Amino acid sequence: MKIHEYQAKALLNQYGIPVPRGGVAASVEDTGARLSETSLPAVLKAQIHAGGRGKAGGILPAATREEALGGARRLLGSRLTTRQTGPDGLPVNSILVEEAMAPERELYFALLIDRSARLPAIIASDAGGMDIEEVAANEPERVARLHIDPLAGVLPYQGRTLARRLKLPAALVPQLTDIARGAWRLFVDKDCSLVEMNPLVVTKDARLVALDAKVAFDDNALFRHPELAELRDVSQEDPFDAKAADIGVNYIRLDGDIGCLVNGAGLAMATMDLVTWAGGQPANFLDVGGGPSEDKLVAALEMMLSDPKVRAAWVNVFGGILRCDLLATAIVRVLKGRDVRVPFIVRMNGTNVEQAMATLRQSGLPIVFEPDLKEAARRAVAAARTAGGSL
Amino acid sequence: MILVNRDTRVLVQGITGREATFHTQRCIEYGTKVVGGVTPGKGGTTWGNDVPVFDTVEEAKRRTGADASVIFVPAPFASDAIMEAADAGIQTIVCITEHIPEMDEVRWHQHIRGTGVRVIGPNCPGLIAPAARCKIGIMPGNITMPGNVGVASRSGTLTYEAVNQLTLNGMGQSTCVGLGGDPLPGTTFVDALRLFQDDADTAAVVLIGEIGGSSEQEAAEFIRTSVTKPVVAFIAGASAPEGRRMGHAGAIITGRASRASEKQRALSEAGVRVIENLGDLAAEMRRALAST
Repeated sequence: MKIHEYQAKALLNQYGIPVPRGGVAASVEDTGARLSETSLPAVLKAQIHAGGRGKAGGILPAATREEALGGARRLLGSRLTTRQTGPDGLPVNSILVEEAMAPERELYFALLIDRSARLPAIIASDAGGMDIEEVAANEPERVARLHIDPLAGVLPYQGRTLARRLKLPAALVPQLTDIARGAWRLFVDKDCSLVEMNPLVVTKDARLVALDAKVAFDDNALFRHPELAELRDVSQEDPFDAKAADIGVNYIRLDGDIGCLVNGAGLAMATMDLVTWAGGQPANFLDVGGGPSEDKLVAALEMMLSDPKVRAAWVNVFGGILRCDLLATAIVRVLKGRDVRVPFIVRMNGTNVEQAMATLRQSGLPIVFEPDLKEAARRAVAAARTAGGSL
Repeated sequence: MILVNRDTRVLVQGITGREATFHTQRCIEYGTKVVGGVTPGKGGTTWGNDVPVFDTVEEAKRRTGADASVIFVPAPFASDAIMEAADAGIQTIVCITEHIPEMDEVRWHQHIRGTGVRVIGPNCPGLIAPAARCKIGIMPGNITMPGNVGVASRSGTLTYEAVNQLTLNGMGQSTCVGLGGDPLPGTTFVDALRLFQDDADTAAVVLIGEIGGSSEQEAAEFIRTSVTKPVVAFIAGASAPEGRRMGHAGAIITGRASRASEKQRALSEAGVRVIENLGDLAAEMRRALAST
C-alpha cells in the first residue's frame, strides 16, 4: 500500500527523523494557514502516489505568499501526469506546503528487504536526489548496502560505517545513527516494504533532514495494522484495481486489444508473452487464481469484456484445482445473456476438460477451441485484427 | 529423485482445514505416506479414517517418525508453523500458504539459517516425485510420469504446463519442485540445481523463472561453474509492464536485473537453452536430452 509524502513525513517525524517544517493543504485557504505556520520562501509539492513530480511541474517554489497561493490554485484540482503515472495522470487533491531548504549535500537512504540475502538492508549513497538504480549501475562503489539482523536491529557500528561510506563528518554520526534506527523501528512496527529518503540532506547548519520521503506498506501485513487504513487514498487508485480486489482476482489493465483470462500468475504472464510473440498486444493481465467459484469466474469474464479496447478474448487455463467445467458454465452464462461480438478463443486443459468442451459445444456459441498454445495465440491475434471480430 | 523418496513420511499442518483436507486426500490417493496431522486443539482425534491428529508438531514427530511436513495454515500463522516444524526436527518443510507478511518470512529465514532445514515455498504448489509415488502439495499427479527430467519453477500453473508437455512427449520427470512466487523463497533455483546436478536419476533440468528479483541470474552463475547437465529455461513476463505486481508477490519489475530479457541473457550466456515461446519446451528438451 502506497501513501502520500506528507503522511510518510508524519511517520518519520513520529520516529524521530527530522523533516522540513510544513503541512498539508487541501484548499487555497489551507495553504494560507500552512504558510503562516512555516516560513518563506516555501515550496509546494503536489501529493500524488507517483514519483517524477518535479519534472512534471508538480513541485513549485514560492518566494512570496502571493506566489504560493497562485501555485496552490494551479495545482489543486488538477491532474498531474509524470513518467510514473500513465497517460491519464493522477488527481492532485492536496499539496504539501514546506519551508524551502538550500541543502549543502544530498544523500540517498532507503530501508527495504534484500531478496537475494533474505534480510532487511539499508541502501545508502552520497549521490542523493538521483535515480539510485542508475547510480548503482554506473558507479556501484557509491552505493553502500548494509544488512540488518532482524533480531538485533541497526547496530551502533553500522551507523559509523554508514557515515564513513557517505563521507559524513564525525559530528554527524549520532544524527545518522538515530535516523537509521528510527527508520528501522518504523519499518518493523508498521510492516513497511519501503522507507526511503531521497534526498536526505545535510543543511548548511549541519543537520540531517529528510527532504523527500516515501513509505510503502506490505499488503500482506495490513491485517495487523488497522491504524493504517485511514492513510489509504482511493482517489489515487485505478478503479479497475479496486474492482479486481473486490472480486478477488489479479487484474492489470494494459494497452492492447486481446483480453486474456488465465489461472495462475505465471501462466497469465506467459499468455501475455505468447500474444506479444504472435504479433498482438494483451489488453490485460488476469489471473483468476486456484479454485475460483462460478460466480467469481463470471465476474472476472464480465470485467474483461467491460474493457472497450478488447476485440478478441483468449481463455487459457490449466485446471489443477480450477475445474474446467465451472469455467465453461461461466462462459456460457456471460455470453448467452448479451450480444457479444468479441470472438472467444478457448484453450483448456486438466480437471473435467471433456465435460467443459461438451458444455461449450452444446451452447452453440461461436467459440473456437484450440489446444495448441502457439496456435491459440496466433488465432487470438488474427481475430483481433479482423474488424467486426469474425473468425 | 531429490528431496523425497519412497519412504518419506509426511505430516500435514492444518490438516482439518477445507483445502488441506481436499489435497491431503489427493496426496494419499497418489501414494504419499501421510502419517499424521497437526491442528492445535484437535489433538487426539483422527482425520479421515485413520490419520492421527496432534496438537503440536513436536508430539506428532515423536509419535509418527515424520521427516517432512506440508503447511496449509492461514498466512497470519504460517510463519509460526514453519518454525515449529523446524524446531521439532522436521527436515523438509513445504509451505503452500500465500500472503505471508514479508517480515515474518525474514524472521523464519533467520531462525532456520544454518540448521540444514529445507523449506520449499511459501506460496508454492509443493513437489512431486513420480517414481516414488510421493506428492507433497497440490500439483495434479495425473499429468506426471516417472523419468529423468528435473523441473524447478517459480510458478504453479507453468509447472503443470511444462510437466504436461513433457509427459505428452514421452519425457518423464525425476522430481518437480514448485519454488513458489514469493520474494523470499526457502529454496532457490541454485538449491534445486545443486540437488539435481548430484542426483543420479536426473539427466536434464527445466527451469521456469519469471520477472522480479535476480534468482535466475544467480542460477546462471551457478550453472556456469557447477552444472554439467543440460538446462532448458523459460522466463515468464517478457511483456509485463514495469512496477506492477503480476499476481505473485515476487513478480515485479523494479530495476534492470528483474526484467525477463536480463534473465534470459544471463542464462543464455551460461549455456542454458532459453526458449522464448512456452510452446517450444518439449521440443527443446528432446534436443537437450539427445545431446547428452
